[in-house]
Amino acid sequence: MSAKFVTENQLAKSLKDQFKNKIKEEYIESNRIKISTGPENLKNLAIAVKELGFEQVMSQGGTDYPENNVYRIEYHIICVSKKKLRSIIFSIMTEIPKDKPEIETLIDVLPSAEFHEQETFENFGITFIGHPRMEKLLLPEDWDDIPPLRKDYILPGRG
Amino acid sequence: MQNAGMNIEDKGGDQLVLHVGPQHPGSGHFRLIITVDGDYIVGAKPDPGYVHRGAEKMAEYRDYIQNIPHLERPVIIDATGVTLPYVLTAERIIDVEAPERAQYIRMIMAELNRIISHLYWLGIYGIFLGHSTMFMWPMGDRELFIDLAESIGGTRVTFSYVVPGGVRNDIPTNLKERALKTFDYFEKRIEEYKKIFFNNPIMTARTESIGTMSQADAIKLGITGSNLRATGIDSDTRKDEPYCLYDRVDFEIPTRKEGDSYARCIVRLEELQQSMNIIKQVLDLIEPGPIKQVIGGVMRGEPGEAFVRTEAARGTMFYHIVSDGEKQPYRVKISVPSFRNLIGMTHLLVGSKLADMPAIYWSLDYWPVEADR
Repeated sequence: MSAKFVTENQLAKSLKDQFKNKIKEEYIESNRIKISTGPENLKNLAIAVKELGFEQVMSQGGTDYPENNVYRIEYHIICVSKKKLRSIIFSIMTEIPKDKPEIETLIDVLPSAEFHEQETFENFGITFIGHPRMEKLLLPEDWDDIPPLRKDYILPGRG
Repeated sequence: MQNAGMNIEDKGGDQLVLHVGPQHPGSGHFRLIITVDGDYIVGAKPDPGYVHRGAEKMAEYRDYIQNIPHLERPVIIDATGVTLPYVLTAERIIDVEAPERAQYIRMIMAELNRIISHLYWLGIYGIFLGHSTMFMWPMGDRELFIDLAESIGGTRVTFSYVVPGGVRNDIPTNLKERALKTFDYFEKRIEEYKKIFFNNPIMTARTESIGTMSQADAIKLGITGSNLRATGIDSDTRKDEPYCLYDRVDFEIPTRKEGDSYARCIVRLEELQQSMNIIKQVLDLIEPGPIKQVIGGVMRGEPGEAFVRTEAARGTMFYHIVSDGEKQPYRVKISVPSFRNLIGMTHLLVGSKLADMPAIYWSLDYWPVEADR
């Protein structure tokens, strides 16, 4: 453990003690912690991160990696109530196969993820199991093309 | 976005479904689907998306410079607030850093934009409450700050002024003199605003204890910006994770405990003063020097990712950029404060009177274009 980023390393270590080899530390930088896990562990990881004090989903999004045939799903979670943790963005991520794009919702753990997950649903076609409103939010109701943030959706005129 | 069509639906009994919008109610096209039982709102469902353009997708087709005017479009009212975090994220990807003078100039522009945005909000809030003087005054005074920003950025609203490596051009030599004159005038005006609007019993009757959000709910729902600070949490990215050179200036974070519409208004009013205080300090601190680190050739980064948040006028603005080494970003994720605050609208409207809807809606400073992207 380097002498730098003491709080960040402590936070990551407490999770590693709890989850052992089920989680992987992607990187720790100044005010940034990123931890990845399998989709089956994401909810337990989110519960543990919330117990550390990170309570608000600031951003949630997906990225399409067609060459690996996966979608990467990330939650960027912050703390606003405890001054000591406010500088840190805690990111948790997982990857799900493109042929079975579904994952359990986190809104029962982190209610602030609700609209973010809905947006990821419409933009990637990823179903969040247990989310009460898996319906279009920003896209037109009659959108019948493939979800637009997938890499195989080409912007009109840019093909 | 749902099917447009019938605007009123009788649910039987005493309940009625009302579609409010999607006309332009003062900020952009947006619809609220409200169920009322008599005078009271029993259900409220926001229906955003009328100004959704797919900014994140389009950003994947533009290079790092072309994305600046592109990503500015959703929030032209707070143009620096939305482009600054993008540029800071892009700078991490392409590994450049702006010189000190440029960082200070960015702060001046960001704070001017915060004032411009807050004054627009205040004017519209005045008209939402039927107070037409409070529409005219802030809109008029806003022009003075637009003039200042124009003298720096060269255009009235969409500056595209912050670029990777620095800022486009230097500030005019007489900026300090002009800014202090404007601030002197505006500080007096704030007292007049208080007399005519903020301490006006008609205004307080319409906003105090209306749309009250508890601190616990604000945290749980992910509320950000002035709306969060109005519940007593002094969280502000400029202090929490300082960017540019905000750690070198001294300013306060206005907070209120009440969490109602009035508290949100007062927090924004006090933020106007704090923004002016920051600019005054920056104008004293700023020293001659380069304003841009010149980047040769086409900007492209190493494969990797970066994410940065800043405090825009409406709250925390967050960018996550993934690069695959090409000159265009592989993925741009923007998390905007209005989209995060949208969830609070349902929460606040249910249980309120229909007549209080405008006072609650605009007290959240919800900017539909920003939320839709």
